Amino acid sequence: MTAPWDPPPFEPMVRFWEAADRHVLSAPWCDRCQQPVLYPRELCNRCQQPVAGWRDLSGRGTVYAFGVEHRAWTQAPGLEPPYVVALVELDEGGRLLTNIVGDPGAVRVGAPVEVRWEPGPGERTVPRFALSGP
Amino acid sequence: MTHPLRGASAIVGQADIVSSSGVLDLWGRPLHSAVARAALDDAGLTFADVDGLAATGTLMASSELGEHLGIDPRWTDTTMTGGSSFEVLVQHAAAAIATGLAEVVLIVYGETPRGDRQRGAWTEVPYWLQRDSPIAEWEGPYGLRQPLGPYALATSRHMALYGTTSAQLAQIAVSTRQWAALNPDAKLRDPITVADVVDSPFEVEPLHRLDCCLVTDGAGAVVMTSAARATDLRHRPAWVLGAATRHSHALLISEMPDLTTTAGRESAREAFAMAGVGPDDVDAAMLYDSFTITALLHLEDLGFCAKGEGGPFVEDGKLGPGGALPVNTNGGGLSYTHPGMYGMFLLTEAARQVSGTAGDRQVPGAEVVVAHGCGAVLSAFGTVVLGSERT
Repeated sequence: MTAPWDPPPFEPMVRFWEAADRHVLSAPWCDRCQQPVLYPRELCNRCQQPVAGWRDLSGRGTVYAFGVEHRAWTQAPGLEPPYVVALVELDEGGRLLTNIVGDPGAVRVGAPVEVRWEPGPGERTVPRFALSGP
Repeated sequence: MTHPLRGASAIVGQADIVSSSGVLDLWGRPLHSAVARAALDDAGLTFADVDGLAATGTLMASSELGEHLGIDPRWTDTTMTGGSSFEVLVQHAAAAIATGLAEVVLIVYGETPRGDRQRGAWTEVPYWLQRDSPIAEWEGPYGLRQPLGPYALATSRHMALYGTTSAQLAQIAVSTRQWAALNPDAKLRDPITVADVVDSPFEVEPLHRLDCCLVTDGAGAVVMTSAARATDLRHRPAWVLGAATRHSHALLISEMPDLTTTAGRESAREAFAMAGVGPDDVDAAMLYDSFTITALLHLEDLGFCAKGEGGPFVEDGKLGPGGALPVNTNGGGLSYTHPGMYGMFLLTEAARQVSGTAGDRQVPGAEVVVAHGCGAVLSAFGTVVLGSERT
């Protein structure tokens, strides 16, 4: 089964995807919490204060949780089973749902990872991650 | 001081319509009216007694149901929190009855995913990619299959932090299947072993196929009424001692604060406080088991064991028939039925246990029984504590 993926742009995220096209991980920044706000939105989901600006992030983090998909149900690019879907905790704070590229058997909770920009569905460039070694 | 909702209302009637084939020959509104009538019959009440109506899942679910039944209720509710909706609706109904907004509340559910597929009434596009919402935009590109993917993520983290094993999770499926063997309407009744579960194919690793709930047709309904009316009806009332709700996110697993501790910890704490009982007082527990990990997290979050100790806790089979903590005595979502929002069947079974009408699977002396619903991706929780007259 093909999973169509062509959502209309969700307004607070447009700037995230524009930065992704330039291979930059960028997010709204909460000055009070000193953390990025993910998913991007107009207020901080921890303290509810409006966010003032955006900040470019390092693209480094650790694996918070992961699963290995064994069934082919989507024809989206880069997702041939077995593939890893993971939550990555960014060094600056906040978590991204993403994929870990490379050998699924090597992925561990807590492993350090860094961003790899790859073609996603439609015209998007999406942030995936790779293990960044010992 | 006793909470004003404690004992102010009771579940006095319940019904399930479920087939061991997994497919029903009724669907849509005729199925809803059949299960509603059966629950009212169970209570010894009629449609004419109903002045409060709750249903969920379609645009105006309770008005649509009222229109079909020809009922004009003075209290209505369509709250949607996914699989926990019916526990949340019991909380709302208990408040409505306690304050006189309604006297007899009917809560109805029925879905037929298997029959719908046979009839061709099936959409190819998964629901989580249909929406103009953050989920399609934000998590859609990464191929996380719903709803099981997020549960696999929680499993991996629980395993990494606490050493929980696939075999321990499998024991939950094994114990649940033992209960299902006592339920003639259960879809899966043949005994299974831990090896059967861990040798079944991975869906989203670390979850195996037999860690996952069924997809079946099914319907259920409960009838609630006031303390004044509850005592002269057909069965022993299942008194609502406590009911509470908490949600932490909706469909985005990246929004969940801690993947191994759910918002259900707070709904359970509050429901137990309202009821004036604790986990040690519970004689049987109906815990939403969309996946084995779901039930394990509930056991910890309700306080039956400490955080992280769910694996060793379930390992001796204490959740099964004759065990120290009977859980999901109807066979659960894993083996009995799971039409999409299983929370209704937590309530019908919990009420049966308290009323003493659970037949072959009756837990002797079941005085306090908890129904704990979990909606979406470990997102929205409703905890209902039911008790007998003595409590």
